[in-house]
Amino acid sequence: MSAPVYNFAYLDEQTKRMIRRAILKAIAIPGYQVPFASREMPMPYGWGTGGVQVTASILGPEDVLKVIDQGSDDTTNAVSIRKFFTKTAGVRTTTSTLEATVIQTRHRIPETPLSETQVLVYQVPIPEPLRFLEPRETETRRMHALSEYGLMHVKLYEDIARHGHIATTYAYPVKVDERYVMDPSPIPKFDNPKLSDCPALQLFGAGREKRIYAIPPYTRVVSLDFEDHPFQPYRHDAQCELCGAADSYLDEVITDDRGSRMFVCSDTDYCETRRAMGYAAPARNSDAEPARD
Amino acid sequence: MYVAVKGGERAIENAHALLADVRRGDRAVPELSLAQIDNQLALGVDRVMCEGSLYDRELAALAIKQARGDMIEAIFLLRAYRTTLPRFGASEPVETADMNIRRRISATFKDLPGGQVLGPTFDYTHRLLDHALAQASEVPPAATASASEATFRSVTDLLADSSLIEAEDAQDGEVGDLTREPLSFPAGRDLRLQNLARGDEGFLLALGYSTQRGFGRNHPFAGEIRYGEVEVEFFAEDVGFAVPLGMVSLTECQMVNQFAGSGTQAPHFTRGYGLAFGQSERKTMAMALVDRALRARELGEETGAPAQDEEFVLSHSDNVQATGFVEHLKLPHYVDFQAELGLLRQLRAEFAERAADNQISDTPLQDAAE
Amino acid sequence: MTALNPDPAFASQAAFRALMEAFARPGEMRTLRGVTAPAPLAPATAALVQSLADYETPVWLDRSLAGAPAVAEWIRFHSNAPLVTDPGDAAFALVADPHTMPDFARFAPGSEEYPDRSTTVVIQVERFCGRSFSIEGPGNKTARSLAAEPLPDDFVERLHANRELFPRGIDLVLIAGERVTALPRSIRVVMET
Repeated sequence: MSAPVYNFAYLDEQTKRMIRRAILKAIAIPGYQVPFASREMPMPYGWGTGGVQVTASILGPEDVLKVIDQGSDDTTNAVSIRKFFTKTAGVRTTTSTLEATVIQTRHRIPETPLSETQVLVYQVPIPEPLRFLEPRETETRRMHALSEYGLMHVKLYEDIARHGHIATTYAYPVKVDERYVMDPSPIPKFDNPKLSDCPALQLFGAGREKRIYAIPPYTRVVSLDFEDHPFQPYRHDAQCELCGAADSYLDEVITDDRGSRMFVCSDTDYCETRRAMGYAAPARNSDAEPARD
Repeated sequence: MYVAVKGGERAIENAHALLADVRRGDRAVPELSLAQIDNQLALGVDRVMCEGSLYDRELAALAIKQARGDMIEAIFLLRAYRTTLPRFGASEPVETADMNIRRRISATFKDLPGGQVLGPTFDYTHRLLDHALAQASEVPPAATASASEATFRSVTDLLADSSLIEAEDAQDGEVGDLTREPLSFPAGRDLRLQNLARGDEGFLLALGYSTQRGFGRNHPFAGEIRYGEVEVEFFAEDVGFAVPLGMVSLTECQMVNQFAGSGTQAPHFTRGYGLAFGQSERKTMAMALVDRALRARELGEETGAPAQDEEFVLSHSDNVQATGFVEHLKLPHYVDFQAELGLLRQLRAEFAERAADNQISDTPLQDAAE
Repeated sequence: MTALNPDPAFASQAAFRALMEAFARPGEMRTLRGVTAPAPLAPATAALVQSLADYETPVWLDRSLAGAPAVAEWIRFHSNAPLVTDPGDAAFALVADPHTMPDFARFAPGSEEYPDRSTTVVIQVERFCGRSFSIEGPGNKTARSLAAEPLPDDFVERLHANRELFPRGIDLVLIAGERVTALPRSIRVVMET
């Protein structure tokens, strides 16, 4: 038993070619889920194997890689994936959104606006936006072929009838370039506006479900809604208690056993950069509650 | 003052060190060797090779050791290793009729050429814990005899001679490989069988069982189960003929199921097929039941039972996929949870407001009623 | 674990990245470093083949390329890709003489269910100038103007017809020297200038 030999960025060249071809098709057909022969990676399905395969296929020696999970560079899964690429590709890594050329993410879009020289790679658990309405692939594929998205609107409308609001707060479905309804991965709907007209290329990889899709730069991405119930991004009426940001997505942290809590930026790079620039905590306001839609 | 959580890297390293420590366990207890696992936990090795879809006893034993006996984790380790291997091509189909038989039984005929060969089986053991095994024991070698027949014709071939069972003709063309191409539906039988062979034994067992209880019943008889070694050959382009690569041990199950036939075709038995590495009888029998259930549409039978639902069965059979997705729920989800929490708080606030309004308007009515 | 020699991996990564950027920003020029190949197969086209084609991707050659046996031999040797005579069977179609290229409809447009099962057509042009046209759509903030020659006279009409098929359709790659640009099916031709 000799030590296995692996290629640059782990995947063999044939696998990369197959994934690269899928990526080109995905860019050419924005929002369409391209099936690909996802490989078994040395990390569990559901833990970013799709994103990792996409990143491994695009990454070159000049790239600077940033990996975030829940907006943070320091969560265990982000650390683990970053380490995987340091080990197998030897690429430079960073926590700075500005410095990165490739950003792999789970559940967030960075607060700092992205640029044309960047690629954002999303880890996707369930790529099919219609899956929870229709579990059969054979059916959902037909619906996409016919642009038959009535079922999705019925679901959203039932939410309104029941709760007075669309009760989808993350993985909020979007329509890409007026054709495909797409799952933006489980980002909070707070992030949905950043999907549209983004200067960076956005790639989505679902390893277990074997799908790759894309939003090219400067593509119109619309969150599904109704005239009388327009899409409203979630908004906190709290500020980050570390950097004072009022425009970022916040994590709620429980600070003692009596249930006291505070809000801090989910995007740790954004928060640290602001603090380095001299922004500080606002006057304490621990009763802050998220605002209504 | 609150400080954001840091140090994920250190935490991970420490966790790995702890894992290595508990894997080794009490240092006073001798460490397991791979040969011990291969020899004494052989059926575990068989299962890991089969669902890991890689025939290598030593690596499978290593995977079991590394996984601390967690079979799905071991299967996962073997699969991840398998992906990195270069592939030279596909072997010639193995000829199970030429199997070097260790066990062969048929439930359909009392006797048949070659006879019933029980071989090493739990079947007729009384399931009483053998406390003698708790100590090192001297086991005398078992008596063996070489089989009387050079080959054992399969029961289904004997039935096929008189056209009592459907013909199974070799099909031309490439055999699919779901590890190289994403599965799409409907899937051919080649891909279905590959999926089932890699599929979780417990999942197939439950599905196969469900067909016996009426959810897609297909009237099975265990035509034959055989276990032994077969030769694997590879057609080498440069020399122009098939060269032997070695022997693998396999279990094959041929189920004989109730009739098909039509106005133009005489009634005949149908087949369900199971094949696995090593001695894996439960797995191959369950696989054969599910294979037959998945043929319901092709055979013009009523469908609707879970085991007959191709998309349902094939999409959920893989335990490496299943465990990954179930276990991913322990990854942080606090961004999404925060979004849900925000909405829930808003809905509750609105509910409270409505309740307060109702109370005010209800009050005079209550007064009037009093 | 030990790492393999990364050089060939880096070369195909660089070629792919240029193509990915080209697909992501239709009409924008990228640099695709060529590799030595027998004429009339352009070095940059050869680099694309090496980077993306293999035994899973049938390749079709136009008359001019098919007329040079060394080209077919090179492709087989360097990519292992099967060569096909029907452009409708091709994952990649290579065109060295744009004037005689078949109508777009003869390539595979994919199906409504699987629009990705389509042909990527690589056209070798001489230069990126001449009669220009303007494109819009995903990848471009504002309309972008593009010119290339030689191209079939009805090239713009063909692009229109291709967009009408969306999400079915073919994707085009134009190559001149080491410069490359892409016209994926998502683009819309807005005017001829």
